[in-house]
Amino acid sequence: MTSTSIETPLIGDVQPSTSGDADGPLSEVRVGVVTFPGSLDDRDAMRAVTLAGGSAVRLWHGDHDLQDVDAVIIPGGFSYGDYLRAGAISRFAPLMEQITAAASGGTDALPVLGICNGFQVLTEAHLLPGSMIKNNHLHFLCRDQRLRVENADTHWTGEYWAGEEVVIPLKNQDGQFVADNRTLDELEGEGRVVFRYVDENPNGSRRNIAGISNTAGNVVGLMPHPEHAVEAGFGPDSSAREDVGLRGGTDGLGVFTSVLRKLVG
Amino acid sequence: MPRIVVDVMPKPEILDPQGKAIAGALPRIGLTGFASVRQGKRFELSVDGEVTEQILEQAHQAAATLLSNPVIEDVTRVEVIEEDAS
Repeated sequence: MTSTSIETPLIGDVQPSTSGDADGPLSEVRVGVVTFPGSLDDRDAMRAVTLAGGSAVRLWHGDHDLQDVDAVIIPGGFSYGDYLRAGAISRFAPLMEQITAAASGGTDALPVLGICNGFQVLTEAHLLPGSMIKNNHLHFLCRDQRLRVENADTHWTGEYWAGEEVVIPLKNQDGQFVADNRTLDELEGEGRVVFRYVDENPNGSRRNIAGISNTAGNVVGLMPHPEHAVEAGFGPDSSAREDVGLRGGTDGLGVFTSVLRKLVG
Repeated sequence: MPRIVVDVMPKPEILDPQGKAIAGALPRIGLTGFASVRQGKRFELSVDGEVTEQILEQAHQAAATLLSNPVIEDVTRVEVIEEDAS
């Protein structure tokens, strides 16, 4: 599926980012978005890829075919209804075998981004360490969240600078990142904490961790939703970079332009 | 039909938010004798016929790979329960 044929649930045409060139090399980059039964934000993730200038490709969890995509996004939602544990059943989906194998080969391996439920799938698949349990306050929380980009060297954060802050939506009930102290020390020591909550810890996550990466930096998972902050008019009401109008925040777009630029070298 | 029961509990060092909420609700109905509550999961795997060693081994495998996540949970029981027993 090409960028022009994406079904868009939102109002208005998709305008590819000015940082990308619609006919340039970025549009040659094919980013697959996996749909599981219960995925919610797959279309939003595809739209984000398109807005960043890339080509979004729909992938189905039950297939064995990665369709030669250059990167994969596992979107948010409630795959398999979160039955058993969030991400626990999705992890054994046929396509996950291909993704796990392709993502495990070092820095040149397939870039994979897991957002929210997708992050949970990546931890269940052992592509990322730790796990998520229920928020410490037990409530479903939906708010615009300020984060600090701690590592701007991963495949998905190269367009940011280390220490830069962003505001993107956070919405979940099982968002509390947990891992044992040894794993946490290892993540900190290796610079693999990619995003950290700023100001207030919204869910009890250990060491305010919002997102992490694997050693090679090609696999990144985070609980907040960068794909919901990519288009003025549909984003958060604030940005960490500048004053923006109502729903004008687009701080999440850099996640998607990062992987496109990384892939075109 | 024999069943294999698998119990999974949150690891002791992991705060169990659900158990904490239950512990908070108990005094509200006048039950004040409990210091804390932890909530786990019980799975029942039914078997056609006899539970062979191989099937029991599969149950252990299921418990370790799918039914629990070793990062946050411990498998506390894998046990065969014969018919009419509980």
